[in-house]
Amino acid sequence: MSEEVSMEHTVTLLERLYRTMLTIRLCEESLVDLILNGEIRTPCHLCSGQEAIAAGVCATLKPEDYIFGNHRSHGHYLAKGGSIRDLISEIYCRDTGCCRGRGGSMHVLSPDVGMWGAAPIVAGTISLALGAALAIQTRNQGRVAVSFFGDGATGEGVLYESMNFAALRKLPLIFVCENNFYSTHMPIRECRPDVPIFKIAEPFGIDSRQSDGNDVLIVYKEASRARELCLKGEGPVFLEFLTYRLRGHVGPDDNIQGCHTDIRPDCEVLEWQKKDPILRFERYLIEESLLDERVLQQIKEQVEEEVKEGHLYASSCSFPRGSDLDRYVFR
Amino acid sequence: MNSTNSKNARTLQYCLAINEALHQEMDRDPSVLIIGQGVKSPWYVGNTALGLLEKFGTRRVIDTPVSENAMTGAAVGAAIVGMRPVLIHPRMDFMMYAMDPIINQAANWHYMNGGRGKVPVVIWGIVNRGGEQGAQHSQAIHGIFAHVPGLKVVMPATPSDAKGLMVSAIRDDNPVMYIDDRWLHNVKGSVPEEPYEIPIGKATRIRDGKDVTIASISYMSLLSLKAAEELSCRGIDVELLDMRSVKPFDKDLLLESVEKTGRLIVADVGWQSFGFAAELSAFVSEAAFGFLKSPVVRVALPDLPTPAARTLEEAYFPKVDNIVTAVHKVMGKS
Repeated sequence: MSEEVSMEHTVTLLERLYRTMLTIRLCEESLVDLILNGEIRTPCHLCSGQEAIAAGVCATLKPEDYIFGNHRSHGHYLAKGGSIRDLISEIYCRDTGCCRGRGGSMHVLSPDVGMWGAAPIVAGTISLALGAALAIQTRNQGRVAVSFFGDGATGEGVLYESMNFAALRKLPLIFVCENNFYSTHMPIRECRPDVPIFKIAEPFGIDSRQSDGNDVLIVYKEASRARELCLKGEGPVFLEFLTYRLRGHVGPDDNIQGCHTDIRPDCEVLEWQKKDPILRFERYLIEESLLDERVLQQIKEQVEEEVKEGHLYASSCSFPRGSDLDRYVFR
Repeated sequence: MNSTNSKNARTLQYCLAINEALHQEMDRDPSVLIIGQGVKSPWYVGNTALGLLEKFGTRRVIDTPVSENAMTGAAVGAAIVGMRPVLIHPRMDFMMYAMDPIINQAANWHYMNGGRGKVPVVIWGIVNRGGEQGAQHSQAIHGIFAHVPGLKVVMPATPSDAKGLMVSAIRDDNPVMYIDDRWLHNVKGSVPEEPYEIPIGKATRIRDGKDVTIASISYMSLLSLKAAEELSCRGIDVELLDMRSVKPFDKDLLLESVEKTGRLIVADVGWQSFGFAAELSAFVSEAAFGFLKSPVVRVALPDLPTPAARTLEEAYFPKVDNIVTAVHKVMGKS
């Protein structure tokens, strides 16, 4: 963990960050066997390994701040305060899911806690977050909008259109790029020239930086600063976080249905496993005597229980009825 | 074309009727904003946005950079979080850049989120053609949007409908495509002063008749009315329906009319194949086959890109004559 990080974090915050990351990890990992045995069919883009970004960013946000996600948004949903039960139910495609079984894994939302939607069209929700920021400005509200996207989205034109407009109007928008170095099967060096991603915001005059996305306290610090700037009318802000997904692009591993759609070198995966954000944070908390091991263990057991309960609940709920096929087309 | 029952109706141009709808709705509801390229410029949007910027300021009247994809997405996003944006594409052709936010996001949003997200956005496209502008400044692509579940599509032909449908579109909690036509902007008609809604999905019978039904939309309703007048001199009694809404369209009135006349012409401003005219034809054949005395005939653009040269434009855009000829065809006359 970085030594520059302020030692002034409250116990409440540290516990929250730990709990959030663990909730995401245990939830994601709990899906693996069910995906492999076919009980869960909706394509799950697991974010194991990337939890620090969702946790660190969302910890600095208020419920009234808007976040929009993508295909890998289970973590964003949980970190913003979405219910484990509703998420897992949606992944089982039951009618008790957060989208009543109509969305599946790639469409999760919980507007009550400020998670306003996720969608898998790459960069498709960036302009939606832009619109939320525009709404904030029009209504003169003290809140921010956050757009979560990956390195793959830096190939999409709408990202640049959105940065341009956000900068032009100084919108309270935080662009959060989770750079995990792969865009489905494509390594980043085959997608873009060797220029750091955060620099794409500089031509628009946007405050932009790159940080270690596997250090939750750094993420929290950067996100807090970004939020402050936006609230002062000095937005938008672009944050690039370096991270790595420990699972496959979709599904538990890189071997989807027998085809190796993305092959990452074992040594690379191993390197990043050593930088696991949760293990790093645990070590840091214990070494710096910030949280007791017993507290961490307690949190772990509570979260395990919640995730287990989520599965028991979800798997016992019914699927939506075929006769309800045409509900929810229009308001 | 339309008469209204309002005591305060007066003559107004189509473009100013839209303008009035915008003024009144933006006055009534602070969540309504207008965003798009050229809202400050009559060259782009005619007189539809007159006076809005001066009255409501740059936070609610937003003239944008050339970024159709992001600007449409922004309107959709603002709608998701509670605004009622009216997003304008001054030429419908440029909407192609915005297909993702319209179709993948807005149209699907309410459904794929199990009813937990709503998108009260108006996506307004102007059909702006002729004058040798060529293929990319001329398209009417309502057929493409009407195909997609989750979108409503309206195309008013008269000033009173232009105002009433804009009001309805703004107040609707769902994404509504509002499509008008520069060729209609200077048409005058009776428009009530007060705000009012024209229901989406309801056609209007402009002319009672017994021999043949013409179901028309947008500019073709103007031409169809002229055709009906001409045909009446030749002893053919046309019933004219201005459909007003492409999707949903007024199935009840259409069926009632076809059951009465037994003959149907569909007059559309889009291309002949795979569009609105094709849809009405298929629907009538399924629902009223036994009433038909002759096949349904479509009068629409040929399946060709729009040419520039005026001689080719002349051959391309349907005229009153084309509708008259089509009627003669279904009447079995030459």
